[in-house]
Amino acid sequence: MSGERHAFRTRAIHVGNERDPATGAIVPPIHVASTFVLPGAGEPSEFDYSRTGTPTRQRLETTVASLEGGCGALAYASGMAATHGAMLLLKHGDHVIAGTDIYGGTYRLLHKVLVSSGISVTLADTRSPEALEAARRPETKLLWLESPGNPLLSITDLAPCVAWAHQHGMLVGVDNTFASPVLTRPLELGADIVMHSATKYLGGHSDALGGILVVRDPELHRRLHYLQNAVGNVLGPWDSYLIQRGIKTLELRVREQCRTAQRLAEFLASHPRIERTLYPGLPQHPGHDIATRQMDGGYGAMISFEVAGDFAAAKRVVEGTELFQLAVSLGAVESLIEQPASMSHASYDRADRLKHGIRDSLVRLSVGLEAFEDLRDDLDQALRKI
Amino acid sequence: MTSAPSNGPSDSDSSGTAPCTFPGNLSTLAVHAGEDRQKPTHSLTDPIVCASTYSFANTQAVIDYIRNKERRGEYGRYGSPNEWAVEKKLAALEGGEEAIVYASGMAAIVGLLMAKLSAGDEVVFFDECYHRSREFCTKHLSRYGVVTHQVRACDYDAMERAIGPKTKLLVSESPTNPHLSVVDLERFAGLGRKHGVDTLIDATLATPYNLRPLAFGVDYVLHSATKYLGGHNDLLAGAIIGSAAKLQEVRKLRGILGGINSAHNLYLLERGLKTFELRMERHNRNGQAVAEFLANHPRVEKVLYPGLPTHPGHELAKRQMRGFGGLITFMVKDADWRATADVVDRARIARIAPSLGGVESLIEQPLVMSYFEVPVEDRKRFGIPDNMIRLACGIEDTQDLIDDLAQALQG
Ligand SMILES: Cc1ncc(COP(=O)(O)O)c(C=O)c1O
Ligand SMILES: Cc1ncc(COP(=O)(O)O)c(C=O)c1O
Repeated sequence: MSGERHAFRTRAIHVGNERDPATGAIVPPIHVASTFVLPGAGEPSEFDYSRTGTPTRQRLETTVASLEGGCGALAYASGMAATHGAMLLLKHGDHVIAGTDIYGGTYRLLHKVLVSSGISVTLADTRSPEALEAARRPETKLLWLESPGNPLLSITDLAPCVAWAHQHGMLVGVDNTFASPVLTRPLELGADIVMHSATKYLGGHSDALGGILVVRDPELHRRLHYLQNAVGNVLGPWDSYLIQRGIKTLELRVREQCRTAQRLAEFLASHPRIERTLYPGLPQHPGHDIATRQMDGGYGAMISFEVAGDFAAAKRVVEGTELFQLAVSLGAVESLIEQPASMSHASYDRADRLKHGIRDSLVRLSVGLEAFEDLRDDLDQALRKI
Repeated sequence: MTSAPSNGPSDSDSSGTAPCTFPGNLSTLAVHAGEDRQKPTHSLTDPIVCASTYSFANTQAVIDYIRNKERRGEYGRYGSPNEWAVEKKLAALEGGEEAIVYASGMAAIVGLLMAKLSAGDEVVFFDECYHRSREFCTKHLSRYGVVTHQVRACDYDAMERAIGPKTKLLVSESPTNPHLSVVDLERFAGLGRKHGVDTLIDATLATPYNLRPLAFGVDYVLHSATKYLGGHNDLLAGAIIGSAAKLQEVRKLRGILGGINSAHNLYLLERGLKTFELRMERHNRNGQAVAEFLANHPRVEKVLYPGLPTHPGHELAKRQMRGFGGLITFMVKDADWRATADVVDRARIARIAPSLGGVESLIEQPLVMSYFEVPVEDRKRFGIPDNMIRLACGIEDTQDLIDDLAQALQG
């Protein structure tokens, strides 16, 4: 089924999941083979060695490519492996601009790992054209965007950033993990590469790590595939299967999680123990209008808020919930809670965190599939412990 | 989920909104029930425990285990951590005390019947049912001296007349497969109570999202978890839910017969249950919309779907169920078996396969799929005409499914 004419939800179930011609199985087999028997010495074959490709990984790649509107995708062992896979396009002397509100692991990759290959990075507030222009250098080769941002849920207007970057000969990569292709499809906005931590919404069940890159240009796909095969950070068949299975309910999950998050954000915004609620679905959020345009029918299921109190108060809240479990990561059926200052962004020093607007009192929620009432009551009782 | 589901027994004076019998909200239960909050190694999700056997620290630990009958791993056939998690989740969703999970729906049916019936006992069941359930009763239970009486579905008087002093069990599906007849659970359970006979409902087609038979006084609920509960067409499993007292012997027999699941399979089932509420909402919505589309289609003679006002069980279904599921049976107008098969063959989204309840839509012609070698008079008796199609709506986009059927019917 090519499925181009079908709705997102239908494609999520069927594209890449065509019936198995060998057995008729409604769900394609999980191919665990590490190597494939060739038709003859030196004769080409669709699959030869599993680092290069496997039927199971390829099915997942086909599905995600369809959902993001790309020509092809590549699945990696983790989101970081995917980001690194894209960064492998860079060489000594190149420069990268990335957003200030990006995932901590991407910050670490850029600042602590890629620097030793002679690649330099500047963080810029990607909401500001002036800040971007100020960061630009003649050797800038890549613009790396994330919207909504992490953990402050800042919204970047992707299309103008892409246009600006292309004007200056840069490639544009978008970490679309928080939005998922249900809400935002950056390739349609002109981006060159979309990256996902498939560990999050795509897999959706907190039980598989994975990363994906999707591109529009077959030549770029070929280049990235060459690099992936050379480096070897590929996704295994079992996790490919679990992520693909998760994608079948992706749209249902994300839309429901958005609905619940919107109601929770409204509840939190008027809660007396909360100073500030950061959620793009709230009209007072500075990126609300852009998000309304850029995100298709929902504002995501991540919420951050600052409690009225200090580090210890926020710590009490994250330790005081019952349904929201204290864990990093996000995007799954289980709701999670964390304190960026002590957990996801603890690797920044405090001054750096504060510079980026990450206060000690900040709490980050990943809203799962539990009932709104149960989650609201849980947060309410935890906030009363401040 | 915001409102109380109306799938418990209705108060005589209420307007159909039954009391919420869930101890928590369904979606929260689907995600969390049955799992330990703190897991070994603190993993967020349950580990897959593949062990075939479990070790004891020393002899005293074995003796303590035998004396105290605490729940812990002994040997894989008697239960496993992944099984306990799924069983507790299913019991919570169904509002029952205990659940027992089996290798398939059939293993569950057989497990219960074998545990509850002895030579000389009698069982009465409504005749619209999964054909293999019927086959097991008529062909195999009889070999053990158990007498089976089949009566017309929803004929409660006939069922009562068939009950004798040796009757031990009344059995039905609701809705029935493939006719989607709706059994009045208050009457059905009432018959059992009046005559001191246990009652069993195979609620595979309804699921605990739409129907909760235990709340009507039914003793055992049975599921082919292969269907909506697993939900992804990638596992087989079955389950029985009921009171701990009534299930004690059933569990013991399962340990002997051995129809258990692998840990991998159980993990997939548990994972599938996490999105149970969302999927069911979607199956219900697709089922209703597609049934309405078919009911208005000139090439369709008749549609069997409890959500249609023309369905004889509609009023009852509305009272008893929260939604009507994804399964639709319909008859193609003026079509012989071949013309009907052509409609099936033209479907491009739904795939030709038995089963139902998964995210992928499936389509089949019961005559061909399940009754091909059954004599024509028996097919008549079971109500399987040549022009019957059974469509199991998945969770694809509603309009895509309708468009696809429109072109399949157009020819
Ligand atoms: C926005 C974002 N990008 C990238 C990653 C890295 O993905 P992974 O943990 O799968 O390597 C994460 C997750 O932690 C993330 O939240
Ligand atoms: C209503 C009903 N009950 C029982 C079964 C048997 O379940 P299983 O196929 O899991 O053995 C099925 C399906 O095949 C069914 O549709």
